[in-house]
Amino acid sequence: MTTTAIDHSSRARRRIGNIALQTGLVVVVAGLIYAAGENAARNLQAAHIASGFGFWNNTAGFDISQTLIEYSSGTSTFGRAFWVGLLNTLLVAGLGIMFATALGFVIGLARLSKNWLVSRLAGCYVETIRNVPLLLQLLFWYNAVLKALPEMHGSVSIPGGGLLNNRGLFLPRPQFAASSPYVTMTLLLAVAIVVGLRIWAKRRQNRTGEQVPVLWPALGLILGLPLAFIFLTDVPIRFDYPVLGRFNVLGGLEILPEFAALLLALTIYTAAFIAEVVRAGVLSVPHGQTEAAQALGLRPRTTLRLIIVPQAMRVIIPPLTGQYLNLTKNSSLAVAIGYPDLVQVFTGSVLNITGQAVEVIAITMAVYLFISLVTSLLMNLYGYAISVGER
Amino acid sequence: MSEFMSHVMKRVATAFALAIALVFCAQGAFAQATLKAVQDRGQLVCGANGTLAGFGMPDPQGNWTGFDVDLCKAIAAAIFNDPSKVKYVPLTAANRFTALQSGEIDVLSRNTTWTMSRDTTLGVDFAAVAYYDGQGFMVRKSLKVNSALELNGASVCVQQGTTTELNLADYFSANHMDLKSVTFATADEAVKAYDTSRCDSYTTDSSGLYAERLRLSDPSANIVLPEIISKEPLSPAVRQGDDAWEDLVRWVHYAMVDAEEMGVNQNNVDDMLKSPAPDVRRLLGVQDQFGQSLGLSNDWAYRIIKKVGNYGESFERNIGQGSPLKIARGLNALWTKGGLQYGLPIR
Repeated sequence: MTTTAIDHSSRARRRIGNIALQTGLVVVVAGLIYAAGENAARNLQAAHIASGFGFWNNTAGFDISQTLIEYSSGTSTFGRAFWVGLLNTLLVAGLGIMFATALGFVIGLARLSKNWLVSRLAGCYVETIRNVPLLLQLLFWYNAVLKALPEMHGSVSIPGGGLLNNRGLFLPRPQFAASSPYVTMTLLLAVAIVVGLRIWAKRRQNRTGEQVPVLWPALGLILGLPLAFIFLTDVPIRFDYPVLGRFNVLGGLEILPEFAALLLALTIYTAAFIAEVVRAGVLSVPHGQTEAAQALGLRPRTTLRLIIVPQAMRVIIPPLTGQYLNLTKNSSLAVAIGYPDLVQVFTGSVLNITGQAVEVIAITMAVYLFISLVTSLLMNLYGYAISVGER
Repeated sequence: MSEFMSHVMKRVATAFALAIALVFCAQGAFAQATLKAVQDRGQLVCGANGTLAGFGMPDPQGNWTGFDVDLCKAIAAAIFNDPSKVKYVPLTAANRFTALQSGEIDVLSRNTTWTMSRDTTLGVDFAAVAYYDGQGFMVRKSLKVNSALELNGASVCVQQGTTTELNLADYFSANHMDLKSVTFATADEAVKAYDTSRCDSYTTDSSGLYAERLRLSDPSANIVLPEIISKEPLSPAVRQGDDAWEDLVRWVHYAMVDAEEMGVNQNNVDDMLKSPAPDVRRLLGVQDQFGQSLGLSNDWAYRIIKKVGNYGESFERNIGQGSPLKIARGLNALWTKGGLQYGLPIR
């Protein structure tokens, strides 16, 4: 057996070689990107196609059916239209993520249930929804939602002052008077109390093993404290009630049928995938944990809530992040039904009015990339924070 | 749905083609001689609508007909003496300009309005106003609306990326009316939404209103309101940088208008070859060599009129009294009859 001396110099040479190779590759790729961009810019100029980002401050001139911020067709700019579209996308994606997660967890756990009917129904749901293209499901919900709703003159009245017809769901819009900053402060105070309560409950559990229920008191505080403040100080809340106009409903908080259909389709579709992710996560927890919990005398529901799911979360978080990103990107199918999300407003109207396809598409891609990166960053941080520390 | 998928794919394909062309093609690749390319190919590639009755649509047998399609047939007749040597590419409002910019089509004849921003910022040129149109509104009779000014608070279905969208917002704000617009990527979806009463009114160019009304579930239950709220001069478009091709497309249009002014039509064009009138002789190429100056044969206009007809014949056949649309000549009558179609002199 020969002893080989550690060959430092050849290792060093290899390392320098590696670094040189990687640097060279980066330079070549960067050079290609730069050359491509410069060529595109030159070609655009030769073809007399306007380029640059000057269009951002030009007047938009078109109307958008759902705007969460101030927007007027005559005075708002294309940049403003971009923000309107982006907020609409974030709204539907955010709500979609919340509802899809809730529904997905329920379906996923249902599929693992000992009850034969429940688990088979959940299985049917997952298999059907997963295998039909989202666009078809979206069109189905849009048409089903629209056909089910009555026309204007047959509007359904909702107790409390709402109206429902095929132009949307109209709810009374609360308008707080001068004391509204105080109401917001009360709300923030309630949130702070809830956070403090949770920290105290966790410490108490670690010390004594006793669990203190936090969920219902938290909900009660967040809803109740501001309302109590309002009633006690007699702050007048005026409601803007929807009324039937000649063509449409005037006033009130408008929820478009396009928004409802998109949210419904995204939630139902993504929940099927999240259900499978949850099922995989729960199955990954060793069966010994369930047996130990049973030996301790814990009931199945408690076992699931306190033992299984927290350990399953480690396996659930990465693919769950992927499903959230899918949902966000799938929201761009809003183009098919006329919901004014970022793709519809920006790459639909703005692109065709300004004609600057390259800049608009580049901005849209960059925005979706940014949203996706932020989402996966937050989810990874969350996953790290709740990791059980085993591996 | 499959129609939607096919125009999503088309949109992706044309944007992709444009991106590839911009990134990888050498400078100056666009300013090539389009006429030579068309002649070498043996076929004209024409961007058309595909779903607008009377202007550009395939009939049930798959043959393309329409007022805009006739211009492409006329160009093909002038070049090849065969109006069938055309390949039609159906385009939506979203991808019509990228298709032209990327070189996918040679000429865009698709009820496109000639505006300043399109002329100056898109790298396209407009040849000649083929149809003077204006934007109007269509509503259901049951709403008992007689004027567009009564549409305060109404929902209006409109197609994205069109001058229609912009004019609609302008009109409503100028008249201090509330607008709820519902925008769609294609005219098909907008018309369908109007038909299912998702919106109260549908707006597009007035010629388009008459065409789309035919496709509703109950055409007679809808009326077109009298107001024309904008100018929409519809014109064929070509790429900037190829002046010779632009001249060709322009003079094909004017040959058809001049023919109608001179009384030359499909039936009498052979007899008109023997006419002593100097303007007819110049038009039909009996004397002088105007065809050559366009890169065509001298009987270029004779070919057009023989195979396709003059402006009036094309109008009446596709959108006038000889068609279901029954649109009156109106602004598109000859200037001698009170309209705006004015043939530039071929001399």
